[in-house]
Amino acid sequence: MQEDNKYVLEMQGINLSFFGVQILHDVELKVKAGEVHALLGENGAGKSSLMKILNGAYRADSGTIILDGKKVNITSPKVAKRHGINFMHQEILVVNTMTVAENIFLGEEVAKTKFSFLNKKQMLEKTQELLDELGLNLRADQEVGGLSVAQQQMLEIARALAFDAKVIVMDEPTSSLTEKEVDVLFQQILKIKERGITVIYISHRLNEIMTICDSYSVLRDGHYVGSNKVAGATDDEIVTMMVGRQIEHMYIEDRLYGEETVLEFRNVCNRYLHNVSFSLKKGEILGFAGLVGAGRTEMARALFGIDPIESGEILINGKVVNIRKPADAIRLGVGLVPEDRKKQGLILVHSVAYNLSLLVLNQFIKGIRVDHKKETEIVDKYSHSLTIKMSSPAQRCVNLSGGNQQKVVISKWLASNPQILILDEPTRGIDVGTKSDIYHLINKLAKQGIAVIVISSEMPEIINLSSRVVTMYEGNVTGILDTREEELTQEKLMWMISGGKQ
Amino acid sequence: MKLNKLEDSKLLNNNPIGRYIKRNMGILIGLAVLIIIMTFASPYFMSTKNFSNVLRQATSNALLAYALTYVLIIGNIDLTVGSMVGIGSVLVATFIAVFGLPFFPALLLTIFFGCVIGFINGFIVSNTVMPPYIITLAMQNILRGFAYLISGGVAIKVSNQAFYDFGNEYILGIPIPVVVFAIIGIILSIVLERTVFGRHMIAVGGNIEAARYAGINIKKIKTIGYIISGALAALAGVIVASRVYSGQPTAGDGFESDAIAAAVLGGTSFNGGRGSIGGTIIGILIIAIVANGLNLLEVPYYWQTVVKGLVIMLAVYYDTEKQRRTAG
Repeated sequence: MQEDNKYVLEMQGINLSFFGVQILHDVELKVKAGEVHALLGENGAGKSSLMKILNGAYRADSGTIILDGKKVNITSPKVAKRHGINFMHQEILVVNTMTVAENIFLGEEVAKTKFSFLNKKQMLEKTQELLDELGLNLRADQEVGGLSVAQQQMLEIARALAFDAKVIVMDEPTSSLTEKEVDVLFQQILKIKERGITVIYISHRLNEIMTICDSYSVLRDGHYVGSNKVAGATDDEIVTMMVGRQIEHMYIEDRLYGEETVLEFRNVCNRYLHNVSFSLKKGEILGFAGLVGAGRTEMARALFGIDPIESGEILINGKVVNIRKPADAIRLGVGLVPEDRKKQGLILVHSVAYNLSLLVLNQFIKGIRVDHKKETEIVDKYSHSLTIKMSSPAQRCVNLSGGNQQKVVISKWLASNPQILILDEPTRGIDVGTKSDIYHLINKLAKQGIAVIVISSEMPEIINLSSRVVTMYEGNVTGILDTREEELTQEKLMWMISGGKQ
Repeated sequence: MKLNKLEDSKLLNNNPIGRYIKRNMGILIGLAVLIIIMTFASPYFMSTKNFSNVLRQATSNALLAYALTYVLIIGNIDLTVGSMVGIGSVLVATFIAVFGLPFFPALLLTIFFGCVIGFINGFIVSNTVMPPYIITLAMQNILRGFAYLISGGVAIKVSNQAFYDFGNEYILGIPIPVVVFAIIGIILSIVLERTVFGRHMIAVGGNIEAARYAGINIKKIKTIGYIISGALAALAGVIVASRVYSGQPTAGDGFESDAIAAAVLGGTSFNGGRGSIGGTIIGILIIAIVANGLNLLEVPYYWQTVVKGLVIMLAVYYDTEKQRRTAG
């Protein structure tokens, strides 16, 4: 036990499963006191699940958590907090209508008993003291709703420090910060370290890991891979540990290149995009790689008229177009299979037939006359060619599997005869078998002459589907890779989407 | 620009009354304008008797508006309050006239009934995924139905001095209902602003996830909110009954819309997490003065309903616009 004492937190033999699916296999995590420890892994590697166990939001099937040499039983977020384990969430959890002080003391209000009056003065004073100590330019009685994202994040750090934190977990803390704000955050992290508090830092951005972290642990597919010191490690070593496996080329045999430019972005800017330029050819598959929030979905939203562009030009078939709303985009032959098919792609409570025909109602409804034969024809055509597994076209989409739901969304767009089809995370949450179905379908569509954009956070997917890849980082295009000129490697892409240069 | 300077001045920041004025600046100006217009429009408006009247008539609406303020802050809604006035009025009359209970136990029993219904509402809201709007709409019908069943559809006459005094007598020259309205307002305001429970209500309505992660018992907060709402509405029913010496199954019909209007006018957010009893009181006064003013100007009653509808629409528009601006 003696030598274990240097660890402030040890998680050992953690197993977790949901509905018979094992998410974590014998995972361990050892973190030393006063260090900044990076927790790394691809999407779905099990980082969040592990942290949710530490937070008390999930209960592990087996395994132990040792804090300061003592075994602890964390049953709820409140218990975690009492043990000094604090979280800075990816989505900031503050009450906008309350003041800074009220948020910091939320759930831990200062009052003599549960039924006595609040000691507002003491809470305000303590908060102000803390804010000043951290060098944050905030007032304790300011309403939180008016603060910037970065300021709200600082508030979460202050909240953790207000209650004798031992460990602070930061889940992708920089995902919505500007570079300058990241610097401020890093200064705070250094201050936290000086107090002897441990930080577990989750991020995909390698340059950040190299800058701020002392050591790292890597998870892959729910398994613990290993850990090491950051000093002396190279990007390549870390990426190889995260990726682990060889990239299989089982997806697509032939790459599809196009000549004729269908779509062009010229220095497009809006709130989220900075001078984005690229072109898309007829019959090719153009991959978009980047971290969450890098601007890929935002590019799609700009093209689809959801967040219209502020400057720059979008050209379709060589002509400058003005897309102010989705209807404009649809009229120009743009289809968007959105990221969240359940919320943005389907009307879940309605039938397959209803959803599939939603965009082409004018083909079979004239005034008040509904041509049911034509409707059935359209529905049959796509449900067959895409092999949608369903009991009947009247089946409600909510009862379909994720893969089949995705096929319905794709069919819906195909029925509208698009010339450009954007697929945003087309295989998220879809099982492996259906995934390959969808890959083949995407390939087939490109062969038929549709210009396809695939946005994906899964590296193998991007590498294996795309003929060319656009990499994005913080709203900028950082590079365009062409498979005719160079081989796509996961390392190369990982480097570029983390802000590295081509 | 002048208004901004006024808002920043020390005078408004350093004492409770100043803060109150600052917080409710917009609506206070509205109230002042309304009073000025009415003073010129009708010679009867500016009199102690008329004001005393306005306040007394406002009482039952005020209690319901308090109730809605609490429930809206938690991020829910309670449409049962109007029907609760009806059944509360019938119950208190039944307890006294049929069971021969003295006034005070009858009052307590009626309020207890309100608590029970509030608990049922709160329990269903926090343990199912049914929308609170629908749950309380259904409960509204159930309660109204029972009000008719218990009374046989007719008024229950009561002759009891204490019961009569409760709605019609004065303490130090102030109508008793107005005293009740003031005392309860102060208590509710203190609970909301100065206790842990009040804070937690705002947190649950403001960001339910943040509240969950702060270890707040969300179900408990919601349920207590509905219980308070039920109790207040039942008390309003007793006052209404006492005003007319009888239990009326039709009492309180549609009162919930006035109550919602008063709360929202007073700055309570429809989306939860924001609101104050002090603001609601101003909202109540505005609604009461509008009704009184239209009466004094002899505008037909049906037009008053139209005007009320417009006031609600304006209040909600103002609220949502304000939120959009602070969000952006």
